[in-house]
Amino acid sequence: MKAIIIDDEPLARSIVKEYLTAYPQIEIIRECNDGFEGIKAIQQHEPDLIFLDIQMPKINGFEMLELIEEPPAVIFTTAYDEYAIKAFESHAVDYLLKPFSRERFDKAIQNWLDQHSSGNSKTNTQELLETVAQSPAQHQRVVVKIAGKIKIIPVEEINFLEAADDYVKIHTKEGSFLKNKTMAYFDQVLDTQIFVRTHRSYILNVQQITRIDPYEKDNHIAILKSGGKVPVSKTGYARLKTVLGM
Amino acid sequence: MARPPLSIAKFRYVFSGWWLVWAGFHIILMMYFGFSLQVAALDSVVMNLQLLGACWLISNLFRYYLPQKERYWNILFICLGLSGLIVLACKGILTAIMENEPLYLSFLSKSWGIRFGVAFLLIGCMAILSILWYTLEEEQQNLQRKTDAERLAKEAELFKLRQQLQPHFLFNSLNSISALVGSQPEQARKMIQQLSDFLRGSIKKEEQQWTKLEDELQSLQLYLEIEKVRFGYRLTTTIEKEEVCNEMKLPPMLLQPIVENAIKFGLYDTTEAVAIRISATSQNNHLQIVVQNPFDKETSYPRQGTGFGLNSVKRRLYLLFARNDLLETRTDENLFITTVKIPQSI
Repeated sequence: MKAIIIDDEPLARSIVKEYLTAYPQIEIIRECNDGFEGIKAIQQHEPDLIFLDIQMPKINGFEMLELIEEPPAVIFTTAYDEYAIKAFESHAVDYLLKPFSRERFDKAIQNWLDQHSSGNSKTNTQELLETVAQSPAQHQRVVVKIAGKIKIIPVEEINFLEAADDYVKIHTKEGSFLKNKTMAYFDQVLDTQIFVRTHRSYILNVQQITRIDPYEKDNHIAILKSGGKVPVSKTGYARLKTVLGM
Repeated sequence: MARPPLSIAKFRYVFSGWWLVWAGFHIILMMYFGFSLQVAALDSVVMNLQLLGACWLISNLFRYYLPQKERYWNILFICLGLSGLIVLACKGILTAIMENEPLYLSFLSKSWGIRFGVAFLLIGCMAILSILWYTLEEEQQNLQRKTDAERLAKEAELFKLRQQLQPHFLFNSLNSISALVGSQPEQARKMIQQLSDFLRGSIKKEEQQWTKLEDELQSLQLYLEIEKVRFGYRLTTTIEKEEVCNEMKLPPMLLQPIVENAIKFGLYDTTEAVAIRISATSQNNHLQIVVQNPFDKETSYPRQGTGFGLNSVKRRLYLLFARNDLLETRTDENLFITTVKIPQSI
């Protein structure tokens, strides 16, 4: 079985390696310094298990997972992150709190091995990520992948979001990017004082509005600083009015 | 409870002075009508003593009973009632002691209207001044309570921010020690020593609002030694400071998250040896600290909000100085530069 360790500290990786020597059936095929390396290594090697640190530079562990289509089983390792721990517990995901003992490590591996042999080893990553996304620290930016490169978009640079089948199209001044999430997800996660669901298929950054014009009956259209136009439905207009204090 | 205005010495002098002048004016007016000094003085003293008493009463009354807006009519009734009582009392007293002065008695019986008017005006003025006084006093107390509450909340938040910097670093260091114990026990022991010294220093500092730059840099040095073990990279650090900065003050543990940020991002973007430069200078009564680290423009992105402490540094500075411009970051070629300014003379 193949495993990858993703952690920004060499010593933290070395302790996982040391504990893993007791399991000759698990082979460490790569060690990665950060999430960028992690994504590449996972795509290249398709491991059965990854050990993933959360607090890392560039992109954190959760953001890395978001960018992987079918993430492998994960054992999280973290020093201190109240919110993440709550999320792990509510989704029964295994995690190791640094520093962890050999006994605790063995237990985590044993759990995984049991699940693996029963053919049920994929963690329900999607649900976990949705919970984690509600932590305040995750609201600041959105990570997307474009042509194999990773792009980090600070939320204040988002002009508006548009539903596009199974994806959401994120419009910024540098162009638009696709993210495999739902509108409901962004509606819940983004700051409601800045981002308003103006329409079933649109979420709008109110700081980008220059004016709002009437458009057909009961509907409006918002004109943005970028020149873009975003439809505003009747209920969307009511929401917009509360946020803008009109 | 609010202080009554006449409990303040300055107002007591003004109050007494006013009544002396007013009584004198009363005497002069009476003498102008042709009465002797004795009669005029007696009339003035009897009437004005009672008015003074009524005004003093009014100034204290509103301390216990301050009518709300819709009850302002009550003030009018109180003033009318008091004026009426005073005029009646004057009539009783003055007719009794002046019974041998028929000329005066006939003057007295014609002057009730004007006396009532004067009494009402004086008492009314006093009532308005008192209400103004007590309303202001009450507002000031509310304001005081509000600022007290805000100050407490601010202190609590600052305390939390000071503490927040610890757990992440602490647990990661312990994890490194745990790894070292197996492979390099001597190194592990050394790191435990360094970590203990660092913690001792920071526990002591947690109580303080301000610390000298010299002390802060000393514990930063300890911190850097630990980081060098944690990351195992070829990390080099230079600290430069102007001699005058040694005694300058800054909030304790402010630099640690900035340096941690610099180390993490510096280390990740290059595989070469990483040099972190920290320099302290004194500028226009500000202590200016600049932290530089190398970075790769190719993989750069906005760094605010990456969860590595810069936000909490900004928040701390805002709470302490109510300014948002004290922490700045910029890039220069392949250097990332963080600048903190700390106002002195606090």
